Amino acid sequence: MQPTNTRDPQYYHKVVDCQWACPAHTNVPEYIRLIAAGRFTESYLLNRKSNVFPGILGRTCDRPCEPACRRTRVEDEPVAICRLKRVAADLRDDVSDFLPAAPTEKNGKKVALIGAGPASLTVANDLMPLGYEITIFEALPKAGGLMRTNIPSFRLPVRVLEEEIDYILDMGVDIRFDHRIDSMKKLLDGGEYDAVFVGTGAPKGKELNIPGRQEADANIHIGIEWLEAIHFGHVDAVGERVLVIGVGNTAMDCCRSAKRLGGKQIKVMARKSRPYFKASPWELEDAEDEQVEILVNHSPASFVVEDGRLTGMMFDLVEWKENEKGRLVSTKLDEVFIPADDVVLAIGQDNAFPWIERDIGIEFGEWDMPVVDRATFMTTREGVFVGGDAAWGPENIIWAVEHGHQAAISIHNYCEGKSVTERPPYGMNLVSTKMGIHEWRYSNDYDANLRTEMRYEDLEKRLADMMVEAELGFDLGQASREVERCLNCDIQTDFSAKLCIECDACVDICPVLCLTITHDGEEDDLRNRLTAPAENRDQALFASESLPQTGRIMVKDEDLCVHCGLCAERCPTAAWDMMQFDLLNPHAGTESWPTTAITV
Amino acid sequence: MSYIAKPAARHPQMPRNAIGLTPRDYEGSMSTLCAGCGHDSVTAALIQAFFELAVEPHRVVKVSGIGCSAKTPTYFVSEAHGFNSVHGRMPSVAAGANAANRELLYVGISGDGDSLSIGLGQFCHAIRRNVNMLYVLENNGVYGLTKGQFSASADIGSLSKAGVANRQGPIDPVTLALSLGATFVARSFSGDKDQLVPILMAGMRHQGFAFIDVISPCVTFNDHEGSTKSYAHTRTHMHEVVETDFVPLKAEIRTKYDEGSVKAVTLHDGSTVRLRKTDPEYDPGDRRAVLDYLGATAAEGEVATGLLYLEGTEDDMHSFENTVDAPLVNVPFDTLCPGSAVLDEIQEEWR
Ligand SMILES: Cc1cc2nc3c(=O)[nH]c(=O)nc-3n(C[C@H](O)[C@H](O)[C@H](O)COP(=O)(O)OP(=O)(O)OC[C@H]3O[C@@H](n4cnc5c(N)ncnc54)[C@H](O)[C@@H]3O)c2cc1C
Ligand SMILES: Cc1ncc(C[n+]2csc(CCOP(=O)(O)OP(=O)(O)O)c2C)c(N)n1
Ligand code: SF4
Ligand code: SF4
Ligand code: SF4
Ligand SMILES: [Mg+2]
Repeated sequence: MQPTNTRDPQYYHKVVDCQWACPAHTNVPEYIRLIAAGRFTESYLLNRKSNVFPGILGRTCDRPCEPACRRTRVEDEPVAICRLKRVAADLRDDVSDFLPAAPTEKNGKKVALIGAGPASLTVANDLMPLGYEITIFEALPKAGGLMRTNIPSFRLPVRVLEEEIDYILDMGVDIRFDHRIDSMKKLLDGGEYDAVFVGTGAPKGKELNIPGRQEADANIHIGIEWLEAIHFGHVDAVGERVLVIGVGNTAMDCCRSAKRLGGKQIKVMARKSRPYFKASPWELEDAEDEQVEILVNHSPASFVVEDGRLTGMMFDLVEWKENEKGRLVSTKLDEVFIPADDVVLAIGQDNAFPWIERDIGIEFGEWDMPVVDRATFMTTREGVFVGGDAAWGPENIIWAVEHGHQAAISIHNYCEGKSVTERPPYGMNLVSTKMGIHEWRYSNDYDANLRTEMRYEDLEKRLADMMVEAELGFDLGQASREVERCLNCDIQTDFSAKLCIECDACVDICPVLCLTITHDGEEDDLRNRLTAPAENRDQALFASESLPQTGRIMVKDEDLCVHCGLCAERCPTAAWDMMQFDLLNPHAGTESWPTTAITV
Repeated sequence: MSYIAKPAARHPQMPRNAIGLTPRDYEGSMSTLCAGCGHDSVTAALIQAFFELAVEPHRVVKVSGIGCSAKTPTYFVSEAHGFNSVHGRMPSVAAGANAANRELLYVGISGDGDSLSIGLGQFCHAIRRNVNMLYVLENNGVYGLTKGQFSASADIGSLSKAGVANRQGPIDPVTLALSLGATFVARSFSGDKDQLVPILMAGMRHQGFAFIDVISPCVTFNDHEGSTKSYAHTRTHMHEVVETDFVPLKAEIRTKYDEGSVKAVTLHDGSTVRLRKTDPEYDPGDRRAVLDYLGATAAEGEVATGLLYLEGTEDDMHSFENTVDAPLVNVPFDTLCPGSAVLDEIQEEWR
């Protein structure tokens, strides 16, 4: 096997499972250690550098990091990464002195951002400090996009949302509310802007065209529009019996909102069974805790209207089986009527660009979506960029943020006359954590505690008021317990072959059988003859250069390493060291890294 | 020594043996030896051997004397019985325990100082008595625990850490054991578990005294250039004479060696040890020839390793002494101590 090049920052990056899985590559283990040290402000700022909205995301993030967490492979439950982010946000001091600021002297470039969701806000966050003049056009009277209009206040208090949005707008962003762009051509032809970014999201809720739809219209609501109407106070009541169609995250917000608007019997109607639900497990749990009923295998057939008023819906009761091609097909078993006063449709969102003319050099492709480059976020018209849900359909906040970062890099390049494909370099800092023979700069003692449970507001209290936040967040005791569950995956086992005397001490001590000294071979062959077979192909094998005494190699399966540092502690020659890895993740304006950093 | 406990986390695919235990169930407490000590590797090899043989932890007796090596029983099979005796006196304790209960598995761990300096007499008599036990001598050429003085196994000319050459002749425990009539004599290296583990397994199953001299480098006091017990020196001078494959009772014989060069020896419990000679002239069943061979290779500065001599026998201390079959705990008290009336009768006989 080719000796592993651990000097490529992406090798160690991949070992930090959460950071690798986070679209914005948030340095999770370091922010958790900062929380452990009580340094909440630093932890908050470290988060903010990558994900821009730690307070918002600490409550609402889709958490791609958690299923990736190493802890899920060593035991069942991941570290409560997201909830710890909220701890940093809740307990931080005033951060205003540490936030990026815009220079008074501008660089002479003007950029227009359409829509004030997280994607556009991130572009503004990255470009304002570089001297750009930014104008945001927002159709609604407030900023935040779906974070504001669709994520209900009982999950995300307005105070938290506004504070983090204001950190960006207060840099001097020119934001024009109630200003819908209805002609891209007009905007571009105006020639006022050096670049334009489209962050308009996926604003159209999907329809359910079955019999009775028109007749019952008064009591049928499109989920995302309905949530927005609730947010702006246009809707403040709902019937007693509510059916929510669909079982994704939007459905969860709809059913929980209905509960708070006075709904008594709330039913979420799912076409399939539980394993196929789109909603995150924790959102399903929260909804069920609030006495929302979830019915499976109910396929909507028609709306039933009597005397011009909706009385309920007919459903086909179905059973799902895989056909020969492995596709799920349903068989109808029966029909049922379920009474309802209101129905909320939460079956997905579509993009819509009626305001972008098709003859201005912005090419549209499949599903009538603009053609956007995956790396540069530029459309086929130079200087026009797209990101967030507008680019490839609905995702989530953290993806919108990462799109914003990448688009900002491209916009900066474009405005500087550089090629947008020229991406700034990644780098890393590697610093030994050794303090003494058996002391390290991190808590290497494995903590077998199970995941800390969230505390919730009393059910009656929270259902009585839309504005009462359901989750209370971790208290200090819970936080200090949960931080210890982190395995410090960024503290890397760094190996120097030339120092190894092949005493086997590291191989013998490793609690999870990561290490093997053996003769070289191809990866497939090696994976089968290690101390324990390395069956998880998603995880890398480290292979050293040949060892001085026997010419064999040191192999490490990265899969289950708990970063306990015992290999390094038991090594007589310090051939293993525990090195803190810090990914240097470039943003707009990064040209190079300090010479002490390792770059490729 | 590490301040933290070994993480409770385990590999989800960790194997289980016939009695449902994993290798980690045969561990003891965290080692307090220097990082890189050969003795810790021997401990790891022992854990593997116990695991593979599916030994019940509570049926094991660990005995040792004094020394870094003698500390190691603490680091394996924490559920076993154990006795840490005075320096060099482990063989007596082992013999006594074995006399009382012959059904347990006795594992003695000693050092070159413990066995060849202060405890040489004890060591020799345990061999002569043929105590049924596995005797592991972790040989590093120095008194590790007392900071690296030459022991009785140090070679002439081997340099101390301070650069002084040893001038007293070494005692070779392997030739000593052979000349005292041991029926299982091996030498191995802590850095070669492929070789060591099957020998340990065979030793645990051997009836009678099973002796293994394990070169086990002291990283702190005897791993420098000029030492003949360092990792590097052992690796360059080690010569494997016989490769050992242990085939437990009932297991299918699927050996890695071609049949021609193999000598199979059946042990008391029916398991088989298959020895493959790397030198066709070598006969691991001919005591005198083995002694000659070892003399010749030692003169060349070579370290001959492997299960060098093996005799499958039925004998041990109990058969010599014609003792009762049952462990003494299972012998009813009236039988064990028939009372003064019986004593009077016996004495009457000899009046
Ligand atoms: C009910 C619901 C709950 C969700 N919950 C979560 C969650 O818990 N966690 C999570 O990570 N994600 C969640 N999401 C998804 C997340 O909100 C979006 O992925 C994210 O907000 C997309 O950001 P964006 O910047 O691309 O666009 P958006 O947030 O959609 O913002 C687009 C903005 O552009 C404006 N706009 C649109 N067209 C024009 C125009 N022509 N001119 C001017 N302005 C215009 C809109 O008014 C809007 O303010 C949820 C989505 C929904 C629907
Ligand atoms: C009766 C007695 N004499 C001397 C000592 C001091 N002493 C402790 S350990 C040791 C030598 C141990 O050497 P070895 O058996 O080779 O063990 P190692 O530490 O090298 O593994 C000596 C002499 C003692 N503890 N007891
Ligand atoms: S840090 Fe070292 S000893 Fe600990 S689990 Fe990882 S490889 Fe094994
Ligand atoms: S403990 Fe150190 S010297 Fe020993 S085998 Fe491992 S890396 Fe090599
Ligand atoms: S002194 Fe030597 S023998 Fe003792 S623990 Fe340290 S390295 Fe091992
Ligand atoms: Mg010694």
